[in-house]
Amino acid sequence: MKGATIGILGISKAFGSFAALNDVSLDIRKGEFFSLLGPSGCGKTTLLRIIAGFEQPDEGSVTIDGINVLPLPPNRRHANTVFQNYALFPHLSVFENVAFPLRLKNTKNSIVTAKVNDYLHLVELGDHAAKMPSMLSGGQKQRVAIARALINEPSVLLLDEPLSALDAKLRHHMLMELDAIHDKIGITFIYVTHDQSEALSVSDRIAVMYQGDVLQVGTPHDIYESPATNFVAQFIGETNMFEGTVRASMGQMYVLDVDELGRVVVTDDRIYEVGERVSLTVRPEKLRISPDEPRVNGRSDINVFEGTVDEPIYSGFQSKYYVRLSPTVVFRVFKQHSDYTDEEHDILWKERVHVSWSAKDGYIVEGHRN
Amino acid sequence: MKKPRLHRERNYGTIYALPIALWFTVFFLVPLLVIIVFSFLKADVDGGVMPLVSLDAYRNLLRPRIFRIFFNTIWVSVVSTLITILMALPCAYFMAKSKAKTFLLILVIIPFWTNFIIRVFAWKTILESNGVINSLLIGFGAIANPLPLEHNWIAVIIINVYTYLTYAILPLFSTIEKFDFTLLEAARDLGASKIQSIVRVLLPNVKAGIVTAIFFTFIPLLGSFVVQQLIGTKDMYMLGNEINDNIYKYFDWPTAYAIAVVLMLLANVGLLFVMKNDRKQAKAASARRVDDVDDGPRAPRQAISVAGGR
Repeated sequence: MKGATIGILGISKAFGSFAALNDVSLDIRKGEFFSLLGPSGCGKTTLLRIIAGFEQPDEGSVTIDGINVLPLPPNRRHANTVFQNYALFPHLSVFENVAFPLRLKNTKNSIVTAKVNDYLHLVELGDHAAKMPSMLSGGQKQRVAIARALINEPSVLLLDEPLSALDAKLRHHMLMELDAIHDKIGITFIYVTHDQSEALSVSDRIAVMYQGDVLQVGTPHDIYESPATNFVAQFIGETNMFEGTVRASMGQMYVLDVDELGRVVVTDDRIYEVGERVSLTVRPEKLRISPDEPRVNGRSDINVFEGTVDEPIYSGFQSKYYVRLSPTVVFRVFKQHSDYTDEEHDILWKERVHVSWSAKDGYIVEGHRN
Repeated sequence: MKKPRLHRERNYGTIYALPIALWFTVFFLVPLLVIIVFSFLKADVDGGVMPLVSLDAYRNLLRPRIFRIFFNTIWVSVVSTLITILMALPCAYFMAKSKAKTFLLILVIIPFWTNFIIRVFAWKTILESNGVINSLLIGFGAIANPLPLEHNWIAVIIINVYTYLTYAILPLFSTIEKFDFTLLEAARDLGASKIQSIVRVLLPNVKAGIVTAIFFTFIPLLGSFVVQQLIGTKDMYMLGNEINDNIYKYFDWPTAYAIAVVLMLLANVGLLFVMKNDRKQAKAASARRVDDVDDGPRAPRQAISVAGGR
């Protein structure tokens, strides 16, 4: 596989008194689609700019294929960037924008033409070579920026929120195309985004960042199903979070006394002491909502609570319910629509309902912080 | 069939432009015509013109002395303009990137609060043989005899550059300020050295500002005369001085006007050249029409497997 490994070791960076990055370390594998995900101001763009060479860290090192790149200027690093606002050269045609890196090296004209056409075809812009950037739509500009960043055959492509300027539908389409390009050329992609659904759908691995720290690195599945901190659980998708105390344990099954809710069972393969304070997270799509009391058939691993529907929200492919269990506790529940349901009628506003979930669908958040 | 009445915004542009059109007709076009017409008349002995058509004025220009003055004018203006632009560019770049833009802008404009002739005299006290520079250098023992800084081309060019630097900085600053500096980062990212990124990306994108700065510098320089008169010698006369002398010393108005006409032609050759270039580019640009701006989602290609993979 082509592409490079990137080692980020103990990177710290402050702007005045603002600490943008605190001792960040990451190992990015060869050919990986790696996302830096976090809210704005979390340091993800600063980290990308340090890898590209536009910023120098206060401490730490960055290696590309084992070679320390910090002493190198941006033009001598085998990393190319796709900028957030495309940064196409307005005085050059699409063709010359893509050809720019080759022209700098005084490449022979025949080679330039062949190569530029190859890359314009890769991004499906073969017919637009003669146009000026100002005549292109947002999506087309984005493709030019990608072709231009790839033509130098870098070992790493750095993408700085490349889709944030596009509308929702086009964004999804471009994301799939980026994924396809990644599969085709196989170099390492480092993708910066604040959009968790983008990161989840294309990444091999994700680093979730918050206030200059990396909170968790893992596959999309790990990050969604086993969030390392409360922040990760709440930032990635929607969730229900509770605080509670461990009351008893039976093998991998724990009984928690959740504040303002009471007894909840949850399975976890890690070890917790009786009396320990923990956070519990349950994803809204894992909750079952029903007007009648669900038949538990004597199973002890099902949690059932009764509440009132505060607000049903219909959103096409699913419905979202806010179910109030007590004056302060509200559950978020997602329910997919299908004819194959066991309820007699639709769930209405102010109706008394039962919310239930299996112990396996709850998750104890280990890092009890943020 | 009756056409449906459409609401149409009336364009009042013509009316808005009327005052300035009137102003230009009375104070620009008419004097211009006077200059052209008078240059083809015979000079009266005590100034003014006689209503006799004559080419004397233009014949007067075909003398070696005038040719030398012509040559001086061109090379001094070109060299002064080049130095001015080369100094103004980095200055404007720095100002545009600075956080104290307004303050720096005021600093650049402040000298204009002082009368031009006084500023030229100030330069005289700096450059003359017992002036500031020479006194300092002799005082420190760097030189024994004063350097000849006055009464030569170097002095004229120094003062020209000083005078027109502001006129060059202002248009350059306003174009560079609008320049998107991430383009320089993009160029560096794509393999350009610092100098390559400036030459290949910054300069082409601020071309309009450079052209304006050249006009603001070069055209007034072609007709300048004060600096040479105060600082230079008779050998450094330029066309501006010749016009001045023809009116006030020789009372030969038609010759003065003929020089003015030649100067105007000279200035306009450059102007026309640049405008023609621009029009060519605009035409080429409009020829490349957008055929499909919309690139909405198309059918996913085979290579993309949305469901599989990850």
